Amino acid sequence: MTQLGARPAAGTRVHQPGETAVRVGPVSGRVRWRQVVVALAAAVAVVLLGAVSLGRGDFPIGLADVLRTLVGLGEDTQEFIVLQLRAPRIVVGALVGLALGVAGALFQTSARNPLASPDVLGITQGASAGAVAAIVLGGTAGGGSVLGGIGVPLAALLGALVTGLLLLLLAWRRGIDGYRMVLIGIALWAVGAALVDWLLTRAEIHDAASAYVWITGSLNARTWAEAVPLLVALAVLLPAALATSRTLAVVQFGDDTARGLGVRLVPTQALVVLVAVALTAAAVAAAGPISYVALVVPQVAIRLTRGPRPPLLASGLLGAALVVGADLLTRTVLPQALPVGVLTAAVGAPFLLWLLVRGRRRSTL
Amino acid sequence: MTSTVPRTGTVRLAAESVNLAYDDRVVVRDLDLQLTDGSFTAIVGPNGCGKSTLLRALGRLLRPVEGQVLLDGRAISRTPTREVARVLGLLPQTPVAPEGLTVGDLVARGRHPHQSWLRQWSRDDEAAVAEALTWTDMADLADRPVDELSGGQRQRAWISMALAQGTDLLLLDEPTTYLDLSHQIDVLELVARLHAERGRTVVVVLHDLNLAARYAHRLVAMDDGRLVASGPPEEVLTEQLLADVFDLEARIVPDPVAGTPMVVPVRRLR
Repeated sequence: MTQLGARPAAGTRVHQPGETAVRVGPVSGRVRWRQVVVALAAAVAVVLLGAVSLGRGDFPIGLADVLRTLVGLGEDTQEFIVLQLRAPRIVVGALVGLALGVAGALFQTSARNPLASPDVLGITQGASAGAVAAIVLGGTAGGGSVLGGIGVPLAALLGALVTGLLLLLLAWRRGIDGYRMVLIGIALWAVGAALVDWLLTRAEIHDAASAYVWITGSLNARTWAEAVPLLVALAVLLPAALATSRTLAVVQFGDDTARGLGVRLVPTQALVVLVAVALTAAAVAAAGPISYVALVVPQVAIRLTRGPRPPLLASGLLGAALVVGADLLTRTVLPQALPVGVLTAAVGAPFLLWLLVRGRRRSTL
Repeated sequence: MTSTVPRTGTVRLAAESVNLAYDDRVVVRDLDLQLTDGSFTAIVGPNGCGKSTLLRALGRLLRPVEGQVLLDGRAISRTPTREVARVLGLLPQTPVAPEGLTVGDLVARGRHPHQSWLRQWSRDDEAAVAEALTWTDMADLADRPVDELSGGQRQRAWISMALAQGTDLLLLDEPTTYLDLSHQIDVLELVARLHAERGRTVVVVLHDLNLAARYAHRLVAMDDGRLVASGPPEEVLTEQLLADVFDLEARIVPDPVAGTPMVVPVRRLR
């Protein structure tokens, strides 16, 4: 004991490098510049990739013409291509990436397990089962069945929500145990996969082909009809997700410590998981299960920001950048028909491996 | 060891004929306990006697199946978690910090019950964290990740967090587990200072009877879910109690340093 009864020295440094306290009236907080920089860089990347993407494709349009079209001064053909074909596709891509990035960060933090992502937990698989059922049963073979009638996006949404609720109910034992949740999620994933396989074996070849494209995750032929509902969903879910951030920082400590610090654990965890499920469902309904985004992006974000947990907003923006960038590549460099989901997996997984090999960080969250 | 400041005898925390159970397995039966303001109590007993379970119930982590726990005269189960967390701090056994979390951030988390969505880092928060870091000698390590610290330093960081929480009551579940003897002493000295200099009411679950007798002013001995003895260490720590509760034949001699009772084991009975 060197400092019996020591008073706090005037110069005790509480703030760490790259951190600034901000206080305005009753509002106070800490700004972590690394998080701000990563989020801003990701946002800039989304805008740049989106701008390039607007001009690229089978019918290239110069940047000047793209900008002219955006302010309403373009030719009719260009206006149609930019505003009706490409813009909604890019907007859907960005919003889907945003939703998946945030959902992944929420799942991984609340379960305290980096494996907890909608891909592993079976939620996107549930969406696939719903969508494939709608395509196969409602397609050439099924005629006008009920499932076929509700449309593929709605069937996917329902599939994701039902799986998510099942996950929550089955994993629930006076709160959520992350490890148990991952195991149950894997079981649900297997059920969903079996269902998809069974449906595909029964399907006509055309239906099977379109179902297969859907379950890879694609932005082809997305219109404002997909973008607008997604935007509305995000307008509700994103603030809800960000509002849980402060508490999530404490939930991460484990149940007893979190409750000791005054967290109402049960309602908090239930809310976080429900928001994450809803974000996933909305994203998957719009573009199919674009794989690896929700799993990889938060892990990339955590390493870029060097914090103890994936930052929500930065994860979302990095997700958006990944999806928009991957879509741009599939439409320019790679063969036209390649769905974006193939590329997010092919780019995302090696990037995570690189970070894992390079970083000092262990594989835990 | 520091002298005890005279305290009022107000009961801060009390268990009233509580039965504690995990699912159907009853762990603690019909237990009464009163903890007065400014007291320093150690709960001792053999493995599986229910001492950690009792501590969890006192900290509102476990709801009694019968009876109740009162915090300042009010049923703790009907007091909002956040309100409890401003009066009562709790350090679980071997708490885990997320990888990469720095000591400064860990201690700052202790302010959670005092913060709100708008007020996330007030001047009070900053001052409390600075004081806690300085007081526990952790200021120089504030930038270091908790997972890179030694066991003793890590436990200090957690105690620093509990200090920043600014609660009158502090419950610690085996804070010396996995520490070598000199770090056990270091941690207990820190807790004793929290009690003596900062007026904290302390309840600590301890395995080591000699350290419990040296630091705590009151021992609560438990056996098989029941409270078997309670009082000053000199009264509780008897050769008969060690035989009954720990199945241990032992001599009790005065601690040559502190004068408190010290257990010298002879052999295991039965």
